[in-house]
Amino acid sequence: MLTPCDNRVSIWSAGDLGNAGLNGEYHGEPHLLCDIQHNGDVMDMQFLDQERLVVASSTGTVTIFRHHQNNQTLSANHRWEKAHYHVDQDTSCGGAACTGVVCNNPEIVTVGEDGRINLFRADQRDAVRTIDNADSSTLHAVTFLRTTEILTVNSIGQLKIWDLRQQRNEPSQIFSLAGDRVPLHCVDRHPNQQHIVATGGQDGMLSIWDIRQGTMPVSLLNAHEAEMWEVHFHPSDPDHLFTCSEDGSLWHWDTSTNVSEKPSFLHQGGRSTAYLSHSTINQSVVSAWLSNDPTKDRMEITNLIPNQTLSVNSLDVLGPCLVYGTDAEAIYVNRQLFA
Amino acid sequence: YIQTLRKLFNESHGIFMGLQRSEEELAGKSRKAHLVQVSKNYRSVIRACMEDMHEAAGKFDPALQGQYSTQVSILSAMELIWNLCEILFVEAATAGPLLLRLLDWVRLHVCDVDSMVREVLSSESPSKHKLFWNVIGNTQTLTELELKWQHWHEECQRYLQDGTFASSPHMESICKILLGDEDAILEKKELMTTWYHFLVTRLLYSHPTVKPVELRFYAQSSMDLFLGGESSPEPLDMILMAAFEFEIHQVIKECSIVLSNWWFVAHLTDLLDHCKLLQSHNLYFGSNMREFLLLEYASGLFSHHSLWQLGVDYFDHCPEYGRVYLELHIERIPLSTEQKALKVLRICEQRQMQEQVRSICKIMAMKALRNNRLGSALSWSIRAKDAAFATLISDRFLKDYCERGCFSDLDLIDNLGPSMLLSDRLTFLGKYREFHRLYGEKRFSEAARLLLTLMTAHIAPCSFWMTLLTDALPLLEQKEVIFSAEQTYELMRCLEDLTSPNPGSAPFQDDDVETTKVEMLRLALARNLARVIVKEGTVEGS
Repeated sequence: MLTPCDNRVSIWSAGDLGNAGLNGEYHGEPHLLCDIQHNGDVMDMQFLDQERLVVASSTGTVTIFRHHQNNQTLSANHRWEKAHYHVDQDTSCGGAACTGVVCNNPEIVTVGEDGRINLFRADQRDAVRTIDNADSSTLHAVTFLRTTEILTVNSIGQLKIWDLRQQRNEPSQIFSLAGDRVPLHCVDRHPNQQHIVATGGQDGMLSIWDIRQGTMPVSLLNAHEAEMWEVHFHPSDPDHLFTCSEDGSLWHWDTSTNVSEKPSFLHQGGRSTAYLSHSTINQSVVSAWLSNDPTKDRMEITNLIPNQTLSVNSLDVLGPCLVYGTDAEAIYVNRQLFA
Repeated sequence: YIQTLRKLFNESHGIFMGLQRSEEELAGKSRKAHLVQVSKNYRSVIRACMEDMHEAAGKFDPALQGQYSTQVSILSAMELIWNLCEILFVEAATAGPLLLRLLDWVRLHVCDVDSMVREVLSSESPSKHKLFWNVIGNTQTLTELELKWQHWHEECQRYLQDGTFASSPHMESICKILLGDEDAILEKKELMTTWYHFLVTRLLYSHPTVKPVELRFYAQSSMDLFLGGESSPEPLDMILMAAFEFEIHQVIKECSIVLSNWWFVAHLTDLLDHCKLLQSHNLYFGSNMREFLLLEYASGLFSHHSLWQLGVDYFDHCPEYGRVYLELHIERIPLSTEQKALKVLRICEQRQMQEQVRSICKIMAMKALRNNRLGSALSWSIRAKDAAFATLISDRFLKDYCERGCFSDLDLIDNLGPSMLLSDRLTFLGKYREFHRLYGEKRFSEAARLLLTLMTAHIAPCSFWMTLLTDALPLLEQKEVIFSAEQTYELMRCLEDLTSPNPGSAPFQDDDVETTKVEMLRLALARNLARVIVKEGTVEGS
């Protein structure tokens, strides 16, 4: 029987940022700096600081890897085995996949298929706090709302806020989708306006929530044709949002108001663009994501992948750079995102 | 070395899909150019793989290096064969360009090209040589080319016969080579590593305008002359020979036997099929050769824990048996994480494989139930629209409630939403929880109404009626009268239905606890009835 023992965590160099050529696509392929074997599938990962990387495994283990820049190696710095597990009398392993990890140095929060929430500190061997059975379904993703509050999404379509200062093992607030309880797979918070949260569902729908009011999403945007795996606000330019999906597409959502000053998108070959009239619901809030002001009503949506085949599982964005990975075992780097 | 081969599988999958999709768009010359480009793409992937493997081999211990070298040479052979097939079949080079392509082919693959000889040759009568090369490159007609070449050939012949080079045997042999003298060329055998190098050299100097149909004769004789009875042809030689003879099916058959994986023959055959070169043959076992090879290749992918996803697309493009194969293979993929199960499910749903969807959801729901993840189990039942399983989960909740007196996983039950309607039992669960909530909020008359509806509308299962009636007790005991007369009669009727030995109703447990409960209920109902009759009698209306 084949056990997947060939999974690896790798660090790549994306090439020189200063070498943009005339066509600007990329200059120099990304090349592998170092890698290390990883037990189980990598379900999620995030940098804790400049050197340390936290990785969530399908075996339920959470590992901190250290990247040694001087000799370009990776080593396992710390490991929390069975951070997530099922209590099952029948099987011996009983591991449950750790599905999401988020860091705020030195704190690390993980969630998993066992419905458990763990709070770790990088320098402590045992978990600082564990909420068993926080959710009766699978927790798919977690992110920080504030330094002491986290957001989780689960497989029965609920968005929950947890206050880590409180000792009670109940969420402080529960939001859910209006209609069918479609599982939610990803969540991200607006970098500047903390009341704006975006989630992605199993039906590919993007939901925008205002957590100050109501228990239902402010807007629902029909996006992908299959599971939306990740959603990210651009950290420094949050009028831009990125989502990727099992259907093989990666969408760039642009609510910046001066759309007319970007005629170039019309001439880009291989990109399909569509205008979506942002005709939604109640409130009159400042942010473009929640606004229904008709003059600001246009959102530009672009699929950044011309020849899509297999699922885009993960993406990340920083400055002008976009990175994403697909099920075709390929990583793509776009260093001229707003050109 | 599986790691480096993964890149080959993934990239060629992309090229394969691009080829299938571009089918309808092009015609004529542009179509041929496109197919040649696809062929080149495949070859560049093979070469990239070879380079990676070469690089990787250096990092491993000597024990593994042998394996890597073998793999590299296999890939090299594959590229050699593919390149020749591209020239002869895909591009179908005609006389003139044919020799140029073959020259490039040999140069590319034979490392010890006789550079020294070439240097000498090129230094002799350079102007003549320049002219020679230019001529072949031009778009002159074949006849013009033949005439010019003939003229040049005769000039060389004259030089030899006149004894111009008599003083230097070296120069004489060069002249003979230029004339295409086989013996002279064979003398330099050790400088040519293979018979096909010899073949192309011969053709260069004796028949540069060789036609494709003539290749077979030169190839056969070249091989015989070169090997000279000392060694017998290797499998690779036989494959190349079959190609020169334009026996496409023979090429594919030999490759299938010799190579240990189906990757090469599957992709090459698919490409040749797109070139419409395989139409005429029907294989005796039913489907055509292209489909057979693709099915074999894709089936092999399914034994890998992540490459199976590529296999799905290959099955999709096998019109006859692809779907059946997919249905069989997809059920065997180990579902180690929920994310993997979701990917498999999405593939099944996109292809309307309802049975597989149901069975996968059931497996995942059972696993969740065993792990006491009731919310996850419900989520899987909703995905499969599996009412029966939703009923099972609800029964589990209700059992927990009866045993512990409180609900577990309130976050789930309180937020069922429209999914509550999936099964009657689930609806009951949601409504029952609502009853408890109403009671907790002291909205007694609403709670009472709901409780009654649960029984009279037959939402509640009969086995639960006793629990519901017992829940009614505190409402009956309230200072204020809650149940109306009619409602009380209904409750009494429910109690009688439950306790009387009716065939078809749930069996009533006749023990002490139950009897006491029944007695208490009868008493409470009677008292309530008395109070409400008085109340309704004294107030105008009811």
